[in-house]
Amino acid sequence: MTGDTQGQGPAAASVRSLYHAGSTRRLALIVGLSLLVIVAAIFSAGIGTVSLTPQDTVLAVAHSCAVSIQNFLHTYLPAVGSWYDSIPFTIPSPSNPQAELIVVGFRLPRIFLAILTGISLAVAGAVMQGLLRNPLVSPFTLGLSSAASFGAAVAIVIGPAILGGLVAIGSNEFIVVMAFVFGWLSMLLVYGISRSRGVNQATLILSGVVIGYIFSAGLTFLQYITNNEKLRDLVVWLMGGMWGASWSSVLLLIPLTLIPFFLLERMAWDLNAMSAGDDVAKNLGINVNRLRLSGLMISTFAASCCLAFTGIIGFIGLMGPHICRMLIGNDHRYLIPCAGLMGAAILLISDTVARTIMSPVEIPVGVIMYVIGGIFFLFLIMRARGRGLY
Amino acid sequence: MELVIDRISKEYGSRKVLDNISFSLGNGEIIALVGPNGSGKSTLIKTIATIHAQTSGTVSLDGTDIRAIDPIDLAKEIGYVPQGFSYTLYSTVFETVLMGRRRYIKWSVSEEELSRVQRSLDALDMGEHAGKFMDELSGGERQKVFIARALAQEPRIFLFDEPTSALDIRYQIEVMETMRRITREQNSSMIVAVHDLNLAYRYADTVVVLNRGKMEGYGKACDILTPDCIRSVYGVDSFAVENEFGKFIVPFRARSAP
Repeated sequence: MTGDTQGQGPAAASVRSLYHAGSTRRLALIVGLSLLVIVAAIFSAGIGTVSLTPQDTVLAVAHSCAVSIQNFLHTYLPAVGSWYDSIPFTIPSPSNPQAELIVVGFRLPRIFLAILTGISLAVAGAVMQGLLRNPLVSPFTLGLSSAASFGAAVAIVIGPAILGGLVAIGSNEFIVVMAFVFGWLSMLLVYGISRSRGVNQATLILSGVVIGYIFSAGLTFLQYITNNEKLRDLVVWLMGGMWGASWSSVLLLIPLTLIPFFLLERMAWDLNAMSAGDDVAKNLGINVNRLRLSGLMISTFAASCCLAFTGIIGFIGLMGPHICRMLIGNDHRYLIPCAGLMGAAILLISDTVARTIMSPVEIPVGVIMYVIGGIFFLFLIMRARGRGLY
Repeated sequence: MELVIDRISKEYGSRKVLDNISFSLGNGEIIALVGPNGSGKSTLIKTIATIHAQTSGTVSLDGTDIRAIDPIDLAKEIGYVPQGFSYTLYSTVFETVLMGRRRYIKWSVSEEELSRVQRSLDALDMGEHAGKFMDELSGGERQKVFIARALAQEPRIFLFDEPTSALDIRYQIEVMETMRRITREQNSSMIVAVHDLNLAYRYADTVVVLNRGKMEGYGKACDILTPDCIRSVYGVDSFAVENEFGKFIVPFRARSAP
């Protein structure tokens, strides 16, 4: 036995103190990231073609909420409404008369869409990386993005021909539905193929990559045969962006982001145990195949929902979880919410930069994201090589 | 406690990797599985750990078929340490060991669980490494962390798949000594696959010899691991030496294939 290592008690931190110090750091990161998202949102709502002061931005939201509540009460609960009117405190209107329209009507839906998409993609990335024990897995590498792009391309290029006189379904909605359906189908396909080979992570990842290529081929073909006008629509969709933001899409995406988030968060301990490898996880009493299936399906569902509205948003699914792993380690109880908040912060800040850097011209958020993503990726590889992990 | 392996066979397509294997493991017993590469040692260990399903036969624990036991309850009975190292980036030593307590953790981690993790690490003299990342450790230290994880599970039976194959001779002896001590102290039992016949000789109560999926010997090491047996199973000529430290096998020449 290595008896010489004993008796160094004070120098070595106990498991108890290490665990509690880690938990404190993790909670601090969650609080810090939440504040960052809130501050970024207020800042983002204030800047653009028309600049607003932070006070006006906050007042615009607060005043608008107060008016909505007042209208709601007067319509449905008149008794409470008159009591509400009697409260002596009122929220003043912002000094800029257009502030409410700009902030609540245009910028807030976009901010919310960026936050929800950032959360969905980063949470999906964190869970996929955990389930497949591979730090390079993201919704992108598993073929999901290519499949969603193909679905959108089908809708844009041959959608009008299919829909014909069905005016009831607008073409935008058709794009969203097709992107979502194909995104999710790709994961079913990947899982189906790898299941026949025993659902190990290598087959899953390889099937994902190959399915991605097949959908990319279809996408290239559609781009090649289509005419100029549709090609432009397609290219814009593929570049990704928050242009499609509206209150209706945001209200739809709130439950479609939060419900998967809580379902995945419930899997946190099993995801932690997966880090020990499939065999040990099974020995620890985990149904590995069922966990992989449900985890991949739920995370793909959430990511597909958001991608369908925004087009292709890259790197968030890889970056968000990775930065958080570096900061707080692998405990998925904290990693999943941290990755989500990190994804939200990165996407919101990137979108704000994309929207304002060449104002009034708006550049696609992907341009900003890929630059940040690319630099981050190089940093990741260099750092990891130093630790001998690649 | 009695674990009975009864006529276990396992086939992959037409290939039979385990053929009618039967033996039993009693309280406090250490069984070494020996045999050449591909003889079925890992498959047998994984079958007992219910990681693989057997084609026929049963493994029963105190009379109950282990496949009928809820996997979550089975995690309390059997602790498995795999061959090779599997861990993810940014995993620390104590978090890796904490996974052994998965069965007992609902959401938050109690002080009780943390102290059990501490005890497991201390039992392997790994307490001072608790806060390190797994990739900062040497191969031998990592192996000890995985053993500590199985220890934290507090099972009655340990299954070790070639725990010493990647280790230098000092760690080989250290790991085997530790495992024997733990088995004795906790009155638990152990099945361990080993390549080094001398380790089997020194540490096992009973030896099971596997060759091409068949059981070719079962009994005390000194009765089973004879030069004749080693010649027929491994195709290697050897001789036995006995001195004040015990009996040792010295393999010296591979026989040409028949």
